Amino acid sequence: MSKLLEVENLKMHFPVKGGVLMRQRGLVKAVDGVSFFIRPGETLGLVGESGCGKSTLGKAIVRLYDPSAGKVVFDGQDITKLGQGSLRPLRQGFQMMFQDPAESLNSRFSVAQVIREPLDIQKLGSVADRDAKVRELVEAVGLPASSVDKYPSELSGGQRQRVGVARAIALNPRLIVLDEPVSALDVSVQSQVLNLLVELQEKLDLAYLFIAHDLAVVKHISDRVAVMYLGKIVEVASSEEIYKNPKHAYTKALLSAIPQTDPERQGQRIKLEGEVPSPIDPPAGSAFGHRIKHPRYEETIGMDLALVEIAPDHWVAADPCCLSEEDWEKAQELM
Amino acid sequence: MKLLERKVPMSDLNKDAILEVRDLAVEFESPQGWVRAVDGVSLSVAPGKTLGIVGESGCGKSVTAMSVVDLLPKPMGRVAQGEVVFKGRDLRGLSNKELYKVRGAEVSYIFQEPMTALNPVHKIGKQISEVLLLHTKMTKAEAWDASVEMLGSVGIPAPEQRANEYPHQLSGGMRQRVVIAMALVAQPDLLIADEPTTALDVTVQAEILDLIKSLQAEHGMAVIMITHDLGVIAETCDEVVVMYAGRVVERGAVRDLFKEPRHAYTKALLASIPSLDHPGKSVLPTIPGTVAAIDDFVSGCRFCQRLGRENQSPERPPMVELSAGHWVEDCPQCHEKGSE
Repeated sequence: MSKLLEVENLKMHFPVKGGVLMRQRGLVKAVDGVSFFIRPGETLGLVGESGCGKSTLGKAIVRLYDPSAGKVVFDGQDITKLGQGSLRPLRQGFQMMFQDPAESLNSRFSVAQVIREPLDIQKLGSVADRDAKVRELVEAVGLPASSVDKYPSELSGGQRQRVGVARAIALNPRLIVLDEPVSALDVSVQSQVLNLLVELQEKLDLAYLFIAHDLAVVKHISDRVAVMYLGKIVEVASSEEIYKNPKHAYTKALLSAIPQTDPERQGQRIKLEGEVPSPIDPPAGSAFGHRIKHPRYEETIGMDLALVEIAPDHWVAADPCCLSEEDWEKAQELM
Repeated sequence: MKLLERKVPMSDLNKDAILEVRDLAVEFESPQGWVRAVDGVSLSVAPGKTLGIVGESGCGKSVTAMSVVDLLPKPMGRVAQGEVVFKGRDLRGLSNKELYKVRGAEVSYIFQEPMTALNPVHKIGKQISEVLLLHTKMTKAEAWDASVEMLGSVGIPAPEQRANEYPHQLSGGMRQRVVIAMALVAQPDLLIADEPTTALDVTVQAEILDLIKSLQAEHGMAVIMITHDLGVIAETCDEVVVMYAGRVVERGAVRDLFKEPRHAYTKALLASIPSLDHPGKSVLPTIPGTVAAIDDFVSGCRFCQRLGRENQSPERPPMVELSAGHWVEDCPQCHEKGSE
């Protein structure tokens, strides 16, 4: 199948400066060699703990950051090195939506202005066309027509997030990067926004990169799920597969930590000691192996912990610390 | 199942409760005069037990909790009626000076956002010591040592060094642990945790909840847990109170409530959460409408108001007990009668 977005060995490093002279003291390796792809019309969920680099990855893909290394190929075109001028027309194809609608919408713009802004920047159609498009979008996301003249502060959280969706789909993009789009919302409103996203995806053939820390929400909306740990993707598989049959130790721990409403499923939690290690000075070998103090950690120093396809469409990092004996043997054959 | 139409107030049934809130009403000042955000709420919690309060934002969960030791913003908020009986005495009758001794020592709070609960210019060890210096006869050195020990028991590695650091030097999960250490250091009898883990990752959340549980088992502390995460409720609580628009609509043991929710609102709330068992991308049930603004609350059933049902009785629906400890607001349309 064709690929809409392809990310190859993407790295996003930030310098850490300090001291009186603000000399560079180190590098934050927020995203450190990530490869994946998204097919047209599908949702890839991206999960991981805070600080693992999920949001940075999202921003690097839509070029809100300039990646330090690697490649981002959107619809067959390498956009990694393009300047803002040549990038602008391409931005119609990929949009980003943020977590907190109260902060990401300009409070001095009316709803109509917020939604119109991308149309104005891209200079699409006549003024009358743009007004008509705004009305159409407001209707498409289920906002009352009267809301176009309101300001974001007059809307509820759910309505504001709908404005965010309307703005994101205004240019008929093919990919939207959604960074925690529902985590600021109440459960009842959350389900409304999720329903809207699924509906629009079907109608407009949109692909989503859905970044979230709520694993049930991610399972609900995603076709495939990628699990990120300390700047690296450690496992990717279809959402059915990864929740039923996780291979990587971190994925297992993450899934076991979800609070369950079903009492029969409670109590089989895998304890994780310690904190997520700092991306400033990441361990030389397997980052998760280091955290759980795995006896085979020393072996992984200098090892290439790349993803291998351990089962059809199920990719996992070939890491002796994080795989079962059997899976590790299989992974070695595939390397 | 027989419908027990008991007329006794619910709170009389819990004899060994450490905290009993009876018929509490909280009002806020608005341009239209005083409006009632919490309207006749009764709840109780026993030592060693956990009571959950659930509901959407704007249902009065936090306001109810804050009014226990009178942390309402003044002068815009006031407790208009009701009793707050803690260890046998009504806290509403206490002067501010007397309440000062209760807060932090006997009743403590954990708020949602750890950064706003910590003072950025003081070392965390000092902030925790302060609680002990206020409420015990400890010397500064003893209080410092006790704080370091507490930091260790909430799972902070190298507590001696961490005590000398400032809040900004810690990660979100670590900060929340500091807030928890501060809340627990004086060994309170009641802990009120308002969304204690909402800002945290699932793995950290699991650790914090386990920590609260183990401290609870050790000291017999009672906990009131306010959250909108029903998974957290199911894993930590013994009893649950479901609040809607300033009132309790259902109350019961956690198992009864999850297995057999009887109020339409509880059902709708449970159904709207995506579960790991749902087939992907299926349409999630939603609750139509939104919680009415406080000054628009009707006197009759407020969930009917939200659903736009007409011809409602202006009477407030009474609470009825369905089985031992399982209470529901008896609105003819919202109380879904099962096999009774």
